[in-house]
Amino acid sequence: MVHLTSPAFKENATRALADPGLQKALARTKPQFHGKRAKAVAGLPEFEQLREIGKNIKNHTLANLDFYLERYAAKVEEAGGKVHWCSTADEARAAVLRICRDAGAKTVTKGKSMISEELGINDHLESHGITPVETDLGEYILQLRKEPPSHIIGPAFHLNREDWEESFRESHTDLDPKRVFTERRDILTEARTKLRSRFLAADVGITGANFLIAETGSSVIVTNEGNGDLTQTLPKVHIALASIEKVVPTLEDATSLLRLLARSATGQDFSVYTTFSTGVRRQGDLDGPEEYHVVLIDNGRSNMIGTEFQEMLRCIRCAACMNHCPVYGVTGGHAYGWVYPGPMGSVLTPTLVGVDKAGHLPNASTFCGRCESVCPVKIPLPKLMRHWREREFERHLTPGTVRTNLGLWAWFAKRPAMYRAATRLGIGALSLLGKGKGKFGWMPLAEGWTRGRDLPAPEPGGTFMARYAKTRRNGR
Amino acid sequence: MLQTRPRVALFVTCLVDLYRPTVGFAAIKLLEEAGCQVEVPEVQTCCGQPAYNTGDRATAKDLARNVIDAFLPYDHVVAPSGSCAGMIGHHYPGLFGDEDPHYRGKAEALAAKTHELVSFLTDVLGVDAVKARYEGVVTYHDSCSGLRELGIKAQPRKLLGSVDGLVLKELPDSEVCCGFGGTFCVKYPDISVRMVSDKAKDVRETGADTLLAGDMGCLLNMAGRLQREGAAVKVRHVAEVLAGMTNDAAPIGETK
Ligand code: SF4
Repeated sequence: MVHLTSPAFKENATRALADPGLQKALARTKPQFHGKRAKAVAGLPEFEQLREIGKNIKNHTLANLDFYLERYAAKVEEAGGKVHWCSTADEARAAVLRICRDAGAKTVTKGKSMISEELGINDHLESHGITPVETDLGEYILQLRKEPPSHIIGPAFHLNREDWEESFRESHTDLDPKRVFTERRDILTEARTKLRSRFLAADVGITGANFLIAETGSSVIVTNEGNGDLTQTLPKVHIALASIEKVVPTLEDATSLLRLLARSATGQDFSVYTTFSTGVRRQGDLDGPEEYHVVLIDNGRSNMIGTEFQEMLRCIRCAACMNHCPVYGVTGGHAYGWVYPGPMGSVLTPTLVGVDKAGHLPNASTFCGRCESVCPVKIPLPKLMRHWREREFERHLTPGTVRTNLGLWAWFAKRPAMYRAATRLGIGALSLLGKGKGKFGWMPLAEGWTRGRDLPAPEPGGTFMARYAKTRRNGR
Repeated sequence: MLQTRPRVALFVTCLVDLYRPTVGFAAIKLLEEAGCQVEVPEVQTCCGQPAYNTGDRATAKDLARNVIDAFLPYDHVVAPSGSCAGMIGHHYPGLFGDEDPHYRGKAEALAAKTHELVSFLTDVLGVDAVKARYEGVVTYHDSCSGLRELGIKAQPRKLLGSVDGLVLKELPDSEVCCGFGGTFCVKYPDISVRMVSDKAKDVRETGADTLLAGDMGCLLNMAGRLQREGAAVKVRHVAEVLAGMTNDAAPIGETK
């Protein structure tokens, strides 16, 4: 289970900035994501319109969530599946364990799923004697390394090729020392060889879901490796884990959102595999599970409905916001200290683990707005982070020094005459200090600033307002 | 003719007031040359962003009310900053909910007539050239609020293109944040410094001798970093160059 280190965000970030391996990996963000997304978006003239459509689909669904969830569940049952309604993480873990035990499972294959990380499914199964095997390439290596994901679509984004090689050589003891790992293909082949037998041996396959379709009772996953298909079709039992906001009304709605998803995520027009699962294997079907379970999880989502954070539930987990975030781009995902990193995590994590623990996250943003500008469902991420800051301020979680400085400044700013007098004095003193230098290398109270940059001195001659008043008096 | 001159109130912004008065005078000059009658309401202090972005909505509202009352009587409100113009033009109305419809209405009215300086010149007044000269190779950073809240991108480039002697060299990743972010730069200095170092590297690699932008916060941040690195890049607010007032003040953080 992901150990919560969000309270230490600042220290995490400092460590991340000094980690050359991580920095090397993060340098790939731009070539890997930015250009590709931009090109895919440019190639679809109606993309902006599609964003509006995506936003409306999600808003409509959230406004009628009970209705669509019930309709979805009814359709799942109609197709021979079973829906397990879970309001907490505990209930969800118990449901998964129960299904696995009923199936007499020893090993369980898993497709990539962030909700599984949120629930800590792997640890829970392991502690009850069931072996989970991650089949997504990135998740597979992380499982070997016992690390949490650092990115919601590229879980091992923080690793370099050397790290992969090292982990394989350590864990795959039968590996020929002469084997080379220079290409991505070499890595893939090695993982596939190992995974093949696990796929066949698995008793249960667990996947996430990108969408749940109320109209048909289907769950949808997108992958680029095809591992999800094998995970959900080979074992006798398929469990789809999904949080409640994944539901959409129709197949058509899912298609609209799929068009946004791949372009926003990886710059593909469509992911390599888009798989729809509906119910259990029917007579005459060539493959498919004998049992199909949907573990439907709330775990804090419904508390967001009707609050200023409801918009966050539109998220389709494309990762565009973190791919384009200048903070994520230099700290990486682990610094955020929980399951969901980047801007979407900075809004979501405080709702799920408490703002008292995750308070740094919504503060560690310059509000540059790039996340919002690329979000396929137009979530106003900076606005939502600001709402968290407001809650912190109301609850007096904002650090005392910040409150004091802000209070002092505000007292003056609300009284223009006093403000004028104070700034005239202050700027006069600063100008005197900076005389002939133009800048300061260090300044008390501004240590955060001067640690890595000079502080430019104010232009000599006094404040604008003072100078302007003088020119007016002199009849300019 | 004289009667139709629009009455423009200059929202100086606290950073220009305190750090860079020449930008205020440059703004007045540009606006007057474009036919405006410029006034500087005396009761202005700050748009309230520091409070707003710290989560102190009550203070932000108080300051917004001051600004609204002082600036509403004018035809237009212009600020030499995308960030402050964005605060007034985008965020003020949202500060006042249903409990205060009176100020909400006023905030909306003010928002509708508030502009960032350069885009006001080009988009509202139809200015497409300035009378100024600047010998140098210049690069331009797109500050975030101006770019993403107000759509300011082509406007400064258009006017810079009309400055005699000026050569514009595009900055790679000019749309990436410089790491200032208001109080962010002192709350998370390590991250902020890293971001501004990346920006400084991009600036240096253009080979430009001058870096321009439209927001004092970003300019102080970038100038501070470039100077810490000992880079020979002059940093100025775009209005100084457009108004031909670069002789009125040394580049930011320099003495000559
Ligand atoms: S918040 Fe928007 S951009 Fe970020 S992951 Fe969710 S949908 Fe994608």
